[in-house]
Amino acid sequence: MRRDLAWVVAVAVLAAVPLAGVGKYPLHLLIMILLWSFIYTSWSLMGRFGLVSFGHGAFMGIGAYVVTMLWNHFGVTPWIGIPLGVALAVVVAILIGYPCFRFRITGHYFALVTLALTEVVRLVIVALRDQTGGSLGVTPKTALAGGEPYSLFALQFADKAVFFYIALVFWLAALWVWRRVDRSMARYAMLAISQEEDAAASVGVNVTRTKLVITVLSAAMTALGGALYGQYQLYVNPDTVSGIGISLQIVFAVIAGGMYVQLGPTVGAVFTLLLAEGLRVAVGHDVHGLDTFIYGFLLVIFIIYMPNGILGRILERRGRRDTAVPAAAPAR
Amino acid sequence: MLELKGVSAGYGAFQALFDVSLRVDAGEAVAVIGPNGAGKTTLLRVISKLVGTTAGEILMQGRRLNEVEPHRVIELGIAHVPENRRLFPRLTVEENLRMGAFVPAARAQFGERLESAYALFPRLKERRNQLAGTMSGGEQQMCAIARGLMSKPKLLLLDEPSAGLAPVIVQRIFEVVHRIRDEGYTVLIVEQNVQQVLKVVDRAYLLEVGRIKASGRAAELAASADIRRAYVGL
Amino acid sequence: MQVFDVFLLEAVLNGLLFGGVLALLALGLNLVFGVIDVVWICYAELMMIGMYTVYFLYTVYHVPLLLAFAAGILVVAVCGALLHVLVIRPVLSTEPINQLLVTGGVLFFLQAAATLAFGVQFRNLGLSLPSLELGEIFLPYSRIYAALTALVAMVVLYLFLKKTYLGTAIRAISQDRQIMPLMGVSPGRIYVITSAIGGALAGLGACLLVLQYDVHPAIGLTFGPITFLICVLGGLGNMVGGFVAAFIFAQFISVGGYLFHVEWGYVMAFVFFIVMMFVRPQGLLGGKG
Repeated sequence: MRRDLAWVVAVAVLAAVPLAGVGKYPLHLLIMILLWSFIYTSWSLMGRFGLVSFGHGAFMGIGAYVVTMLWNHFGVTPWIGIPLGVALAVVVAILIGYPCFRFRITGHYFALVTLALTEVVRLVIVALRDQTGGSLGVTPKTALAGGEPYSLFALQFADKAVFFYIALVFWLAALWVWRRVDRSMARYAMLAISQEEDAAASVGVNVTRTKLVITVLSAAMTALGGALYGQYQLYVNPDTVSGIGISLQIVFAVIAGGMYVQLGPTVGAVFTLLLAEGLRVAVGHDVHGLDTFIYGFLLVIFIIYMPNGILGRILERRGRRDTAVPAAAPAR
Repeated sequence: MLELKGVSAGYGAFQALFDVSLRVDAGEAVAVIGPNGAGKTTLLRVISKLVGTTAGEILMQGRRLNEVEPHRVIELGIAHVPENRRLFPRLTVEENLRMGAFVPAARAQFGERLESAYALFPRLKERRNQLAGTMSGGEQQMCAIARGLMSKPKLLLLDEPSAGLAPVIVQRIFEVVHRIRDEGYTVLIVEQNVQQVLKVVDRAYLLEVGRIKASGRAAELAASADIRRAYVGL
Repeated sequence: MQVFDVFLLEAVLNGLLFGGVLALLALGLNLVFGVIDVVWICYAELMMIGMYTVYFLYTVYHVPLLLAFAAGILVVAVCGALLHVLVIRPVLSTEPINQLLVTGGVLFFLQAAATLAFGVQFRNLGLSLPSLELGEIFLPYSRIYAALTALVAMVVLYLFLKKTYLGTAIRAISQDRQIMPLMGVSPGRIYVITSAIGGALAGLGACLLVLQYDVHPAIGLTFGPITFLICVLGGLGNMVGGFVAAFIFAQFISVGGYLFHVEWGYVMAFVFFIVMMFVRPQGLLGGKG
C-alpha cells in the first residue's frame, strides 16, 4: 500500500513539472531521460534473462526510419507509420529470433548475431542513401510551417510539454510491462531457461516460444521508442539510432543502472544523461568523446566490481527481496 | 622421500582428508587403497598441489611443498598421472609426450626420454602421430603413464591406472607398473583394484572416508581381515 | 557484348587480397577465443592503437617505416597482455556475458580516448604505392604486400603452434586447462602470452591496413564487426574455419561492392552470415559449438 502511494505521489510530482515553469532545456533533458528509459527498460526485458542483445539499435533504427520515410516520401501519418515500423521490427525479431532459439544459439553467438543484425540495418540505411539521406541523416518534414502549435496528423508538437507527457506515459507503460512480465509465468519459465535450458524443456516449457515472446515484446517496444525519438528530435541519423554504437550504449546504461531491477534501466538513463550533461557544464563546451571515455571506463569498473549495477547494489545492501534473480553462471 | 604429516584438505566446505600421515621412501612402490569416495584422488592432488591443504605438512626430500605453486611441483621431481588419463585429446601421442617434457630440464633430454618411452611402450611408437583422443582406453593409459615419465621424475603418482579398463588390459598395466618399479622409479599408486595392486607394491595404506585406517607391507594387508571387510565382493 | 567482365575479375582478385588481411585479423581473435574462451569486442580498437602508433612514429617522428611497424606490433602486443591482466582476468570466472560487456566498455574507452587525444580527423600515412598492372586490372601493391605478409604471418603462427613447446602448450590448454600445472605450465602465464600474441596479430593487421586505409577513432567500427562475424562463421576458435570464412566474406564485400554499391557488399556479407548461422549454427567448420 505504501509503495503504491509513493508511486502515485511520484507520478503526480512528475506530471506537475512542466506546469511548474521549468525551463525548456531541463524539460528537454527530462524528456530524453524518459524516452531512453523506455528503450532501456524494453531491452532489459530480454537482458535480465540472459538474452543479451547487441542489436537493439536495429529495432530502434527500424522504428525511427520507417516512420520518417513513410511521412517524408508518402505523407503517411505516423499514426499508421508507427504501427508499421513496429510491425517490421517484430517481423525482423521473429526472423532472427526463431532460428536462433530453435537452434539453441545463445550466449556469445547470439550476441554476435544480433550485432550483425544491427550493422545490417545501419548499412542498409546508409546504402539507401537516396531515400534515407545516408549518413547525413534526415529530418521529418515539418507540418508546423505555418506556425501551428501542433499537428495531430503529423504527430508533431511545438510545445515540449506535450512530448513530456507522452514520454511520461510511455515510460510508465514500460515499467508496467516490466512488472507484468516479472509476475507472469513467463518469468519463471525464462529463469528456468536461462539456468538450464534442457531441464526446462523437459518439464514442458516451450523454450522457443517463451524466448520469442519476450524478444518480440522487447523489439516492438524498442521500435516504438525509436519512432518517438525521431518524432521528438525531428532528426534521425543512422549512427544515432542504429548500429553497434547505440546497441552498446543501451547495454551499458542498463548494466550501469541495474539489469535485474524494475527501475534499474531508468537509473541507467538518468546516470548516463546526467553524466553527459554534467561534463558539458563542467568543461564549458562539448568535448567530443569525453562522456564516452568516462562511460567506457565506468562500464569496465562496473562489470568488474558491480555486476548488478548501481541500483542493484543499493538494493542488495538493503536486502530487498523484490529484485529478480540473475541468470546463473554456467559451469566453466 | 615423500612425507605427509597430519594433512587435512578438502573442497570448500567439504573436507575430504582428515589428518593423513604417510611416507614413501626412495625406490619403494607404495599403494593407497580404499573404497570409492575415500579421498584417494584428493590425496594425490594434494601432493601435486592441485588442491590446497587446510592443515599439515607435505615434505618432498625434506622440502616443504605447502608454499610451492602447482606448476612448480614437477620441478621438484613429482609427476602426477591423473585419474581418467586426461590426455590432450586433439594432440598426437608424441605431442602429449612433449607436454610431459615441458620443463626445461626434461626438454634438454627430450630425444632420449622419447626413445626410452617408446622402448617401454612400443605400441605408442606405432601410434606416435595419432590423435590421443582416438586411442583405446588401454593405449591412452599407456600414453598417460609415458607422459608422466617424460620428466624423469623422482616420484611418480599414479591415479587409478586400471579404472575403466578391461581385465586383460589391467593386467598389462600392472605389468608396466612392475617394470617401472624395476627401472628404479619411486611410485605412489592409488587404486581400487586391491588384489592386483598389492602384488606390485611393497607397502600400502588403507584410506577410508579421508582417514588412514591401516597400513603395512603389501603381503600382510592382502591377508588382513580389514581389507576383506572393506572389500566384500570386490 | 562483353562476355568476360575484366573488372569483375579485378574485384575477385582484390577480394582475395583483402581476404588475406581479414584472415590475419580473424586469426588473432580466434586464437584468444580458442585458448581463453573470451571474445575481445574491442579487438579492432586494439588494432586502431596500432594504426595510430605507426602513423605517429612514421609521419611525426620520421621513424623508418619498418621500424614503425615493429613498434606498432609491440605496442599492441603489450596492450593485449594488459587487456587480459587488467580487464579480463577479474571477470574470467563470472558469467561469460560479462566478458563481452567489459570488452565493450574498453571499446568505448579506447574510441573515446582516441577522439580526445587525436581528434576525429582522418589521418593518412601519405604513402602512395603504385599498382600492379595486369592488362586492364589494377592491383594495388599495398594490398599485395599486405596479403603476402599476412600469409607469411599465418604460416609462422602455424609453425609456432605446431612445433614449439610454448605453441603446443597453447594448443593443449584449450583442451584441458586443469592438468596444465602437472606439466609444469602455469595457465595464467599462457593466457597472458596468448593475449600478447593476439595483440601482436592485431598489431600486424594494423600495419597492413594503415597502408591502405586512413586512421580515425571509429576505424574499429569498420573492421570490428566483420572480424567477429568471420570468426563466428568459421566456427569460433577454429582457425582454419576463420581463414576460409575470411575469404568468403571478402568476396562478398568485393564483388558485391563492385556489382552494386560499396555498402551493399557489406550488407550481403552480413546477411550471408545471418543465413549461415541458421543453416549451420556452429559455423562452417565449427566443432567448438
